[in-house]
Amino acid sequence: MSRSPRRLDDAGNTGLFVIAAAGALLAVASVVVTASPGGFVDVRTAVAFAAFIAFGELVRITLPGGRDAAPIATAGALAYTLLTRMPADDPDHGALQVVAVCACAMLVGVGPHVVVGRAPSIDTLARRLLTIGVAAGLFRGTGLDERAMDMREAGLAVVMVAVVVATLCVDAVLTAVVRAGADRAPFRAVLRNEVVAQAGIGSAIGATGALIALAATIMGVWALPVFVVPLLLTQFSFRRYAAIRESSLQTIRALSRVTELGGYTETGHSRRVSQLSVAVGRELGMNDTELRDLEYAALMHDIGQLSLAEPIPGGATVVAAPIDQRRIAALGADVIRQTGVPDDVAAIVDMQAEPYRRAHETQRSEVPLASRIIKAVNAYDDLVGDSPEVSRHLEALERLRLGMAYEYDPTVVECLSSTVERASRLGV
Amino acid sequence: MNPLPLKARFFVAAVVLAAAPLPVIAAIRGWDDLSLVDCVALGLLLVLTDSIVARGSHDLAKIALSSVISSACLPLVGGWGTILLASTTVIAYDPQPFIKRVFNASQMTLAAAAAAGTFALLGGEAIRPDSFPYLLLPFLAALGAHCLVNGTLVAGIVSLYQGVPVKIVFHGTMAGSIPGYVGYGLFGLLLAVLWDEDGAGVGPTAAILLLLPLFVARWAYAQYAEEQRAYDRTVRALMTAVETKDLYTRGHSERVSAASVLIARVIGMREDRVQSLRYAGMLHDVGKLGVPTRVLQKNGGLTEGEFASIQLHPVQGVEIIREIEFLDEAVAGIQHHHERLDGRGYPMGLAGDDIPEFARVIAVADAFDSMTTTRSYRGARTVSEAMTELRRCAGDQFDPRMVEALVTAIDEHGWSPDETPAYAPPADEPFDQEARAFDHDDPTSALFRDRTS
Repeated sequence: MSRSPRRLDDAGNTGLFVIAAAGALLAVASVVVTASPGGFVDVRTAVAFAAFIAFGELVRITLPGGRDAAPIATAGALAYTLLTRMPADDPDHGALQVVAVCACAMLVGVGPHVVVGRAPSIDTLARRLLTIGVAAGLFRGTGLDERAMDMREAGLAVVMVAVVVATLCVDAVLTAVVRAGADRAPFRAVLRNEVVAQAGIGSAIGATGALIALAATIMGVWALPVFVVPLLLTQFSFRRYAAIRESSLQTIRALSRVTELGGYTETGHSRRVSQLSVAVGRELGMNDTELRDLEYAALMHDIGQLSLAEPIPGGATVVAAPIDQRRIAALGADVIRQTGVPDDVAAIVDMQAEPYRRAHETQRSEVPLASRIIKAVNAYDDLVGDSPEVSRHLEALERLRLGMAYEYDPTVVECLSSTVERASRLGV
Repeated sequence: MNPLPLKARFFVAAVVLAAAPLPVIAAIRGWDDLSLVDCVALGLLLVLTDSIVARGSHDLAKIALSSVISSACLPLVGGWGTILLASTTVIAYDPQPFIKRVFNASQMTLAAAAAAGTFALLGGEAIRPDSFPYLLLPFLAALGAHCLVNGTLVAGIVSLYQGVPVKIVFHGTMAGSIPGYVGYGLFGLLLAVLWDEDGAGVGPTAAILLLLPLFVARWAYAQYAEEQRAYDRTVRALMTAVETKDLYTRGHSERVSAASVLIARVIGMREDRVQSLRYAGMLHDVGKLGVPTRVLQKNGGLTEGEFASIQLHPVQGVEIIREIEFLDEAVAGIQHHHERLDGRGYPMGLAGDDIPEFARVIAVADAFDSMTTTRSYRGARTVSEAMTELRRCAGDQFDPRMVEALVTAIDEHGWSPDETPAYAPPADEPFDQEARAFDHDDPTSALFRDRTS
């Protein structure tokens, strides 16, 4: 899923601002406290973990769904937080030292990325640091670590798991705050999305952090190099998965333009429809999977026109007879079923020409939300094109409103018009 | 399933005979020092992971899960215990024929013996609080020995069964799976550290903690494989949609892609470039959609304007696919696939070596396919007629090296585009080397595919 549109709104996102500021404040405060005389303990261990975290930050990845993540760095930071016993000498660093070490290591690891112009967004860094701060506060700030020293191994493992789960929850909430603000999506829908996303990779990262801490009780800092190899392998799998997802999306975006090249549709039509559809879908609280299907369907919604002998004048399906619209939709769905995208995408395209409510029908028809969105957005774009004139936008919206409750879904049209108005206010 | 050749039968017999006494010796010599609880727990885990995965597939999980457990055995139950446990995999649930299971368990036992010997020779011992970093060297060496023996024996049987030189099989099987092997072997060391009473002492539940990251890795791997297949289908289906415009070119893109890959293999192109070329061949005509249908299907000579619109199609194709990042080299191939060696081609009139290699390959494949299929103005030519024609134009229009490569490839494999495997497995897959080397077209070749762990 492309996240590029969300950056447009970042300026007005208070959640993001608060989190970034809090993260920076925490980093500075903990570095100052730790750097004061007598504040920094167990230098050798700290340096080893800092190196591990910096390395993890260096090899950070973008997860499918556009989430920026540094699994190795996060696991290392969690491990440093949960570290209670070492073979030579039990570490007794405080919560603030954990944050200070992580902050410095992250800066070092991010450095090369900044140099080549791939700096991660400030909110992801701040969020990671705050999350670690919470974990460190929970474990080392409350004396839990002292008590854990006396526990049996199994008990220690339970305490560690509890801290990790709490940390994951905090991370999900912080991410949801930023995203809900940036995407103008309902907070609950975003939070649900984040929790689902965290459940898989987040729990694996958390488990790895706990494992490193446990293994370090015997292996000392040697646990770190031993862990790096399998972790890199795992991350490699993820990176490749994310890369092929991205290639798929790029390819479908690119190939969706063949209808333009053949003169079937106007230049930029499918791309505009997909961007606007995704914005509307996000605001209506769709989850990541639904949004991806929506984007694919919107990009390929006119692919059925390739099977027409002659292009429709101007490519605007909104002026075609309903029966032709449905035929194009069905032909397109046939093509899409042959592709490797999920079958839901074909179903969405198939239903895109169905009116919101058919005549003589008392029951609400089962048209998927994604199809209703594409229907409205497609009509809107057919009427407006890439014209910048405000009057045309208003006319188009007016025409959609006239068709509301029968042809178009009122909720979708309202959401569409608020999205369009906001975009024109921002001058996009 | 084909019967095993005689030599292969001897090989299997030798391996089984060599391995058979080992568990007995191990049981006699090592019995007193064995921790029964650990042995039973590890044995159960080993059989369980082996069974689960045998039923699933030959993917990452296979290597990951069972090699994690088996490499954890060394520091936990010592050399004799490891050998004994390796032989228990013979009772794992496995739908494969009995003889195959026995062979697999035998080669695993021999590999375990090699690992145990190496471990002991280098001073490897059970885990103690002061074991690290000293235990790392014998452990890594033992992993290496295990990998070597296991790989050699599997490569041996595959080589005898398929008649491929052992070196090639060994290369194909081993080269890519070593990182995965060592990586997950190290996970085994961690399992041992967590499990061992003298270590972190978490006990067998440590396995559960370790399974989470492994499970996620496996999930990502499965997703990747699925997405890769989906991606292939997507490109193909969209190209089919584009081709609906011109009846005579149906299937053309796919055949050009297949022929390009044949050429690439003969000239020894690197595997990742071959994959890129495969997509380039598939997409080379995407720009044709910009050419009006009546021009494409016209029978007589073309006017200047019509010819110009045809000449534009490589550039229009590039316009479309330029944003697909991983196709970078393919883009040049598509843009220049109508250049001629003498510089009289289009769109840019490049000559000789200025024409990108991909473009020179695609040009030959493209011409070959259009000659051997029916067009609006003529019937299809035979393969040998097309070859003669290609050779005639080599030097002026085509790169002679590519023409000869195509001739060689078709002499060797024949040309039956419908049977050409449309989906080649991903090139850079370190965990799936066995599948790639043995799984190809022949379903029976799966015989010994999944036993390098």
